[in-house]
Formats: sequence, structure tokens, C-alpha cells
Amino acid sequence: MMLALNGDEAVAYAVKQSNVDVIAAFPITPQTIIVEKLSEYVANGELKAYYACAESEHSAISMIVGASAAGARTFTATSANGLALMHEILYIVSSLRLPVVMAIVNRALSGPINIHTDHGDSMAERDACWIQIYCEDAQEAYDTVIQAFRIGENHKVLLPVMVMLDGFLISHTTQNVDVLEDEKVSNFVKHRIPAEIEVFGKKVPLTLNPENEVPLTFGPLDLWDYYFEHKRQQEDAMEKSREVIRKVHDEYAKISGRSYGNGFIETYNMDSAEYAFICLSSTAGTVKSLIDKLISKGDDKLGLVRIRTFRPFPYEELPKALEGVKGVAVLDRSGAFGAMGGPVYNEVRSALYDSDVHPFINGYIYGLGGRDMTMEMLKSIYDDLVETVKSGKPKRKIEFVGVRE
Amino acid sequence: MSWINLRELAKKRSLFTSGHRLCAGCAAGIIGRLVMHSVPDPKHVVVVHATGCWEVAGTIFPYTAWAVPWIHNAFENAAATASGVELAFKALKDKGVVKKVPDIIVFGGDGGTVDIGLQSLSGAIERGHNFLYVLYDNNAYMNTGIQRSGATPRYAWTTTSQVGKVIPGKLEARKPIANIIAAHGNAYVATASPAYWRDLMEKARKGIEYKGPAFIHAISPCCRGWRFPPNMTIRVAKLAVETCAFPLWEYDPETREYKLSPPSLAIAKNPKLKKPIEEYLKLQGRFAHLFKPEKREDLIARIQEDVDKEWNQLLELCGIT
Amino acid sequence: MSEDLAKPGWKQIPIAGVPFKKATEYHTGDWRTFKPVIDQSKCTKCLTCWIFCPDDSIVWDGNTVQVDYRYCKGCGICAEMCPVKAITMVKEE
Repeated sequence: MMLALNGDEAVAYAVKQSNVDVIAAFPITPQTIIVEKLSEYVANGELKAYYACAESEHSAISMIVGASAAGARTFTATSANGLALMHEILYIVSSLRLPVVMAIVNRALSGPINIHTDHGDSMAERDACWIQIYCEDAQEAYDTVIQAFRIGENHKVLLPVMVMLDGFLISHTTQNVDVLEDEKVSNFVKHRIPAEIEVFGKKVPLTLNPENEVPLTFGPLDLWDYYFEHKRQQEDAMEKSREVIRKVHDEYAKISGRSYGNGFIETYNMDSAEYAFICLSSTAGTVKSLIDKLISKGDDKLGLVRIRTFRPFPYEELPKALEGVKGVAVLDRSGAFGAMGGPVYNEVRSALYDSDVHPFINGYIYGLGGRDMTMEMLKSIYDDLVETVKSGKPKRKIEFVGVRE
Repeated sequence: MSWINLRELAKKRSLFTSGHRLCAGCAAGIIGRLVMHSVPDPKHVVVVHATGCWEVAGTIFPYTAWAVPWIHNAFENAAATASGVELAFKALKDKGVVKKVPDIIVFGGDGGTVDIGLQSLSGAIERGHNFLYVLYDNNAYMNTGIQRSGATPRYAWTTTSQVGKVIPGKLEARKPIANIIAAHGNAYVATASPAYWRDLMEKARKGIEYKGPAFIHAISPCCRGWRFPPNMTIRVAKLAVETCAFPLWEYDPETREYKLSPPSLAIAKNPKLKKPIEEYLKLQGRFAHLFKPEKREDLIARIQEDVDKEWNQLLELCGIT
Repeated sequence: MSEDLAKPGWKQIPIAGVPFKKATEYHTGDWRTFKPVIDQSKCTKCLTCWIFCPDDSIVWDGNTVQVDYRYCKGCGICAEMCPVKAITMVKEE
């Protein structure tokens, strides 16, 4: 069924259909529409969940910890400063192995205060052991939220999942979103079934439920002698999530007819490409338009690799996608002050280092605080990249695109 | 007839078990046992803990001293965590996954309650979640090594309100946390001392059974931080009440009335029973500078003035004039 | 360090940081320098010691009051609060 929804509404609609038990959130622009819609669904009885208005994002995610540990399926959403306020608890969520789903409507972090999109907020949380999926449009945000519950709750995974969409560009822009029937989604996500662990010689659900045979303790003091082992388990879960992300993506494709590359990366015109752009989220749409325009003028040498799943990072998929490419322009919508480039740039270069694929790689930081990325800017990046390859001299220097000198 | 039958109760082992690593003589261990023995149904209770010495001492991995489901999230968010636990069990009960919503008990120290956790506690109380929050107030951040908190009394020595030639310990009075919670209007609030164990247990049971937020402010003398021998814990907890440094009262959200509890009511009726604050102070090394090298009558008088003002204000709230 | 390496590895312990031992396996009685000794002839079985024991180390079986020395840390609250002075603190050997 086709509905005219903006990105926030698409997220809320997916949550409504996903048998969620507890929602706790605090409003922040541009996430606000998500929580308003969820409040409306609960008030109307369309969504049978408990929706708590927290007095801060810190308490919102803290409530979610309690609810998820008790065994509930949980959802929250935030942006920018709200996410930064949650920072401390994000690590606790993943260490307690709680399959929380959270939508992040990407927004620039203060300061100075700004409400428009960039990826500085979620990039700052990339090491929190949350699965991170960046969506290009409202349709993908809808589809990905539904997938997120299945991914996080999978017993091989048991990790929280962040679903990113660009503030305003996607969150507040109405597009046609093809939503599935309620029953189809419900059958796909089912209800949360807690994993079992073996403690005191008994197999018990990993929840706070007093009706369990053995009461469990969550969040003990964990010192030098075991903390490292618990972190190693988290890394193992993150690695195991790769297979699950792919399977859930493929299974969802079967019921919806929609897929996003292989679930990790999506490529566009890479068969004939000698040059490639790598980016996340809505900028991919503009890049695709540029590629189409270039093709219409007879230049089919530019392709796109959109990274959809940033955590776990697709370090195996990337070299394959970039085979035969001479030059790569990595677009980062977040700063990395003092580093040798933005986070996507660094991950991409690191992924290629041990492979046989060694194109020139230029890093471009763009769009901070919602600054537009225009076709003209993208074209100038393309020209710059071609120039780098022709000159044979790598830049190894970050370019800032769209900032006034 | 009270539900407390000591000879029967004492046959049961505590749900907060032996083998925990609280300091010898710690009042938190006593408060914890008394509260956990007040739980109507030990099979249907979940405990939430704020970061603090007690949280740490009960669960040093791979050990746990909790014989009930227990969760610690962080320092400042125990009330929010409990809110989520409550909502989850409501949802799971609606879906038939659990038979009933368990009683939820939260323990937090004065750091996690009065200071860093006040916002999350206030938010949870305003939302009206059904839990009992027990503040065990040892008057400082003891877990990190006796640093000043908003609950530290005036002129107490701590490692961040040091006693020197210029400054005689903490200069400010403590925050009236129980009154602040009572001011929300919708919570059952009580103060308690482990020395008056039956009163504490009755209040705990009342708080658990109250349909809505309940808050108990329990004084928790700390022998390490207050500098007294560990065998004196209950004596100190008793003197706190006898001097009116820590009066015992309840707030009923239904009638919006404050009521003195029997040990403090006796003092209100017979003011001669009110012991001078000096008796409480002189037992504790954290106030030693008020007595040595010379006795600081002026500072002791100032503390007495604090106590008297708070006590008189409380009498007024309780309608005793 | 070598002691740590002998402990179970990440594949052997439960996930999510859930403790897998009961604190009752950890005997805090080792901390004690003075131990409470109950004079059963004086004990009135009022259970004041049970009420105030921070370590749940006073055991009442319905007949006698005893100290569980596996856990008693020797704080001395029981001796201090005993209304008939039936408990004395004796230095550990």
C-alpha cells in the first residue's frame, strides 16, 4: 500500500507494525514527528504498547534498558545532543546484550547549536557496539526499522541496532512509501523471544522475569579478570551479526520485493566505473542523479558505493566492489578534528590496505550543519578525483567541500 | 496486629545474601535485609540498584549476593531503569507472558539519589510509576572514598570538604530530599532509621503496597566515612533520631498530610527527650574538629540551629505547634 | 596475572555479564579479627542480633541463636546491641 509519508512518519509506521511493547523517548528536532506519531498511535489504540515520556534522553534510554532487560521489545528515537546525552548508557545497552532498536534522525551536534543534518552524532557512537544502518530515504528507513528488530533479537546477535536517516532531508520530506500489510510485518517480526543462558546449572531466559527458574543479576561490577572476556563476546556477536543482517535483508526482500544491495553496501553503475564515490545516506540520491546526468552526456566512468551498514563495517564487500577502480572519493558528513580524514574515509582506507585493490583515495568532508551538497559540488569532487588519478599523486589531505574560505 | 512475627521471620535467610562485601558494620547491609524481609512475595520482586558501594559490594563478578532478579544500570538512572522495568512487566502481563507485575524496589545512595540521580527520580515520580525507592543515605560519596554530597551535613569532614585552618568542613546544609520528593504530591514518602527496625519494615511494606511511587529516606551510618567503630552503627542511627538530626515521619499522598512516626512523636510530645546534637556529633570522627584542639561552641551551636529549624518546620508540617 | 589466565575464557562464561556464582560461595569470615561468642545460658532469644546483623550471619532455627562464622565479619553490632550482654567479642587466634 502506497502512503505519502515523511521519513519520521515512515519510522513510526514501521514501529507501529512491529509488536513493540515499550517506547520511551524525549522529543528533539528533527526526531519529533516520530514520537508524536507514536503517541498518537498509542492514544488511538492502534499501537498496544506503553509509551513513556522521559524527562531526558538519558532517562529515555535508561528506561529502555530496564524494559528490555525485563524481556520487552523496545524502541526509542533521538538526534544529536539527545544521542550524546545517551552516550554513557549506549555502552551499557550493548554490554547487557539488549536488542534495543533506536532511530537516529541525524543532526549536527552542538555547538554552536544547529538543528540540521550531518552524521557527527551517530559517528561519535560508532564504537558503542551498536549495529549501525544508514538509510537513503524514507522507504529504506521504514524497511530497515522492521529488519532491525529481527537482527538485534536474533540469538546469535543480541545487540542493539541504530537506524539512521538524515534530518529534514529525509525526516521531514514526504515521499511515497510502500508499506506492507500489518499482518505481513507482524509475521515477519513476530514477538521477542528472549535468549536462554546457562547459569547455576539451569537454562534460563536472559531476562529479569522473577518467574524464571533462577533469578539473574544484570550489571555487576566486572573487574580486570572478566571485563575483557565480556568485551570479546560482544565482538564475537558483532561478527556473527553479518550473516544475520544479510539473511534478514534477503528474507525481507522476499516479502516486500525491496532490497538494498546486499544489505551492507549498495552499488550504482559500478560495472563500467573507473571512479567511485563512497557515501552514506541521502547524499547517495544526489550522487545517483549526477551519475545519470554524466551517462546521458556519454560519461559512464563514475559509479557509487553506498555504505548502508557501517557497523559491522563491510570490510570484505568493499574491496570487491571497488575492483578495477582507479580513484575513490570518500564523502564524510562529519568532521574528525586532527585525524587523517573522516570516519568513513579511515575505515575505507583501512579495509583496502590488505586487499589487492589500491585505488587513489581522496577524502572530502561536506554538509556539516545541514550545508547543501549540490550536483555542482559533486561534479567538482569528480573533477578533482580524476585530476588526482591523472597526476598520479595521492592527496592524503582532507578537502572541505562547500565551506567558504 | 503487625505482620511482623520476628520468631518466624528470623528463620528465613535474606534475599540479599551473606557473602556480600560491604564493610563490617555497614548499615546498608542491615537496611537491605530489613527491606527485603518486608517484601510480601519473595517470588515476585525485582531489585534495581544505582551505582554505589552497596551495588558494587553485592555483585563482584562472578559472584552475586542477590537471590532475586536484580539490575544495575548506571549511577544517575536507577529510577528511570525501574520505570522501564515496570512498563515492561505491564506490557508482558497484558500479553500473558508473565502472570503478574512484580514489586519493584530501588536502592540508591545519597550520591545517586540526592545529587546525580535527582532528575531521573523526579521524572519517574512525576510519571507515577509503581515502585519503592529506598535511599540509603550515608551522607557522602562513600564508594569513591568519602567525598561530599548534597546530603552531607554542615561542618562534616569529607575528602572534598576538608577541614583546614580556613574552612571547618562542609559549609553548607544538606538538601531536604524527602521533602523534595513529598512536594511532588503523588508519592508515599517516609524517613527511617535501621535502629527503629520495625518502623522501617512497616514503612517498607507500606511503600511496596502503595499503588504508585514510594520513597523511603533511610539514614545509613557509615563507620568508615563517619569515623566511628563498626559496632556503633545502630547506636549512631538511634542518636540521629533522638537528637532530631534525622526525625522519623511519613507523608501520605492521599490526604497530603505529614505525620510524625512514634519515636519522633514521643519527642514532639515531650521536648525534654530531645537530646542535644552534641551527643550525636561527638561519636563521629568526621566532626572531631568541633571538639579538638578546642571545642568550637559556635559551630556546634550553628548545627543545633539547623536541627532546630528543620525540626520546628517539620512540627509545623505535621500540624504540631 | 597467571591466576587470571587460569580463569574461564570468553567462550565458557555466560553472556551479558551475568554472574555465575553465588556470593555465599565467598566466605567473608576471613575478614574477622574479633569473633562474637554467644553465651547460650544468657541468651533470651530476643533476636536483636539477628535484626541488626549486616551480613545475615545470625542463624535462628527456632530453638537457638548461632553465628554463621563463614560470613561474620566481626563488626560487633550484635554484642553492642544485645540487651542482656550475652555476646562477647573474642580476639581470633
